Amino acid sequence: MEALFAILIGLFFAAAIYLMLSKHTVRILLGVVLLGNGVNLLLFTTGRLTREVPPIIPAGMDALPAGAANPLPQALILTAIVISFSFFAFLLVLTYRAYQELGTDNSDEMRLAEPRDEERPPMGY
Amino acid sequence: MAAPSTDLSAALVLASPQLADWLVVLPVVLMIGFGAVLMMVRKSVRLHGTIAITGLALLVLLDAALLIRISTYGPITMVMGRWLPPFGIAFTADLFGSLMAFVSAVVALAAGVFALRDIDAGGRRYGFFPFLMLLMAGVSGAFLTGDIFNLYVWFEVLLISSFGLLILGSEPEQIDGALKYAVLNLIGTTLFLIAVGYLYAIFGTLNMADIAGKASRLRETAPLVTLTALFILAFAMKAAAFPVNFWLPASYHTPRITVSALFGGLLTKVGIYALIRVTVMLFPVEREELSFVVAVSAALTMVIGALGALAQNDLRRLVGYVVIAGIGNMMAGVAIGTPAAVSGSILYALHSVVTMTALYLVAGEAARLGGAWSLSGLGGLYRRAPWFSAASLALFLAAAGLPPLSGLWPKVALLKASLDIGAWWLAAAILISAFIVTLALARVFLLAFWRPRPEPAPELAIARDWRIAWPLGCLTALSILFGLFPETVLDLSQRAATGLAEPSAYIRSVFPGGAAP
Repeated sequence: MEALFAILIGLFFAAAIYLMLSKHTVRILLGVVLLGNGVNLLLFTTGRLTREVPPIIPAGMDALPAGAANPLPQALILTAIVISFSFFAFLLVLTYRAYQELGTDNSDEMRLAEPRDEERPPMGY
Repeated sequence: MAAPSTDLSAALVLASPQLADWLVVLPVVLMIGFGAVLMMVRKSVRLHGTIAITGLALLVLLDAALLIRISTYGPITMVMGRWLPPFGIAFTADLFGSLMAFVSAVVALAAGVFALRDIDAGGRRYGFFPFLMLLMAGVSGAFLTGDIFNLYVWFEVLLISSFGLLILGSEPEQIDGALKYAVLNLIGTTLFLIAVGYLYAIFGTLNMADIAGKASRLRETAPLVTLTALFILAFAMKAAAFPVNFWLPASYHTPRITVSALFGGLLTKVGIYALIRVTVMLFPVEREELSFVVAVSAALTMVIGALGALAQNDLRRLVGYVVIAGIGNMMAGVAIGTPAAVSGSILYALHSVVTMTALYLVAGEAARLGGAWSLSGLGGLYRRAPWFSAASLALFLAAAGLPPLSGLWPKVALLKASLDIGAWWLAAAILISAFIVTLALARVFLLAFWRPRPEPAPELAIARDWRIAWPLGCLTALSILFGLFPETVLDLSQRAATGLAEPSAYIRSVFPGGAAP
């Protein structure tokens, strides 16, 4: 099970990196989302993948039954999901505004902050 | 249901913490509280300034109290929800964290006062002051937390507030800069999260003191060098070290100058703080393995930052490159890794927080007086404002690392440390970078201050303003004082570096009864 998940996560990362290497902002965004989800799966896998053993300490015992998944990574994922979701919402709006204001979605042509023909500093007094 | 036979005192804190221990969380609580209050009154922008400055002044007091307490009694720990570490999230402040928190609070107060003039009603309506409070909550939280996932959360808190600050005003230029900043920083924190995930898979704990204690046992079996490399990449990205520094010059010159000042002073230094904390305290052996890579990156960062500063015409972009050159110096201390070198890095970070913020404020004031951001358009500032020019010159010399100002001592410490281990090329990089930065900043003084104005513009009557004079004056005074009387700060940073290299006091503060099994 873990091996399958490792391959799946690898695919997520590969697709995310491929998309993020693109010049178009929408693809970069999709890459960021895939990366976030890949990381969530990664965290999920670190907590042991088991089925049908709820992480509940039975009455009269001190520890989890053997083979139960560690619930902490799942709590970490919840935090990470909330954060990446809100960031994605922000980035989506930002990209849309950038497309409206700059008239392009090609990151090579977004040179407003760093103009190509920037003036050189004065060479003499 | 049969009661479990567990002894609760093994897992829960049963006694309430000492009153003084509350100091660890109070800076964060205070900033979040003030942020919430400012959100509630966001429509009455007149109140914002008073409330925010009160909050920041309280933050400085709290951080000062925390620093004094920690420097007297050693690290303090407080856990959330009564769960004992490593189960509960712990806030652990040691000398390094509290020093950084204190200096950041001072700088934030100065920038807040400067903002009273710089940020108009429009900027306030967009929420400058609430964002500033939340940014400081994130920064203080990152400096004071003792839990590595919690560190990630504070990174995100300060990142999202920095987005808000960056696009204050929504000008096309800002949106262009913010897009690059946002995407690259988000990828950086995601890398950090990946590293945290692997770390938990290896250690089964997220508490930094616990990790530091367990690392020596797992060194033989676990891929800790790979893990450390991932952490270094993530934090180098946050700190804008070469070759992952290109988001900084693309974005830091676009927002309001107060925002640039805050970012230049605080955000990259949070990255450096996390880098030092993780590499020096948690994984010292792995840091040693990777030290050559870090050293090369440090040397290139220094030289490229300095050369970039030399090539800029826009004052704000120039300062951005000076920030990058400073990051290289701090990375050099991490690469060398001896307590003396780490102490040099800490000193440099403290100096850099103050000086870089002040440099951005100087750029803002120069643009206000001279009516331009570019070196080709500025001129004659010395004639118009001699006191401001004197303060600027002092700050330029401090940033370049010339005596008798604050930049000298960290550079001396780092030089000595790199020569001690025989890394002559690293020492050479420090000196070359300092030389080029001196050239770049001296040229700023020559062109913008000494040169007569290129085309005589109508002399606007520009009134002196305490909201500019006080922050700039105080930051300059801090820099000069640290340059002339470095003993206290030197001593503190040395003790902080020793505390990182020998984290027994840190671990004891988290686990008073010995480390967890």
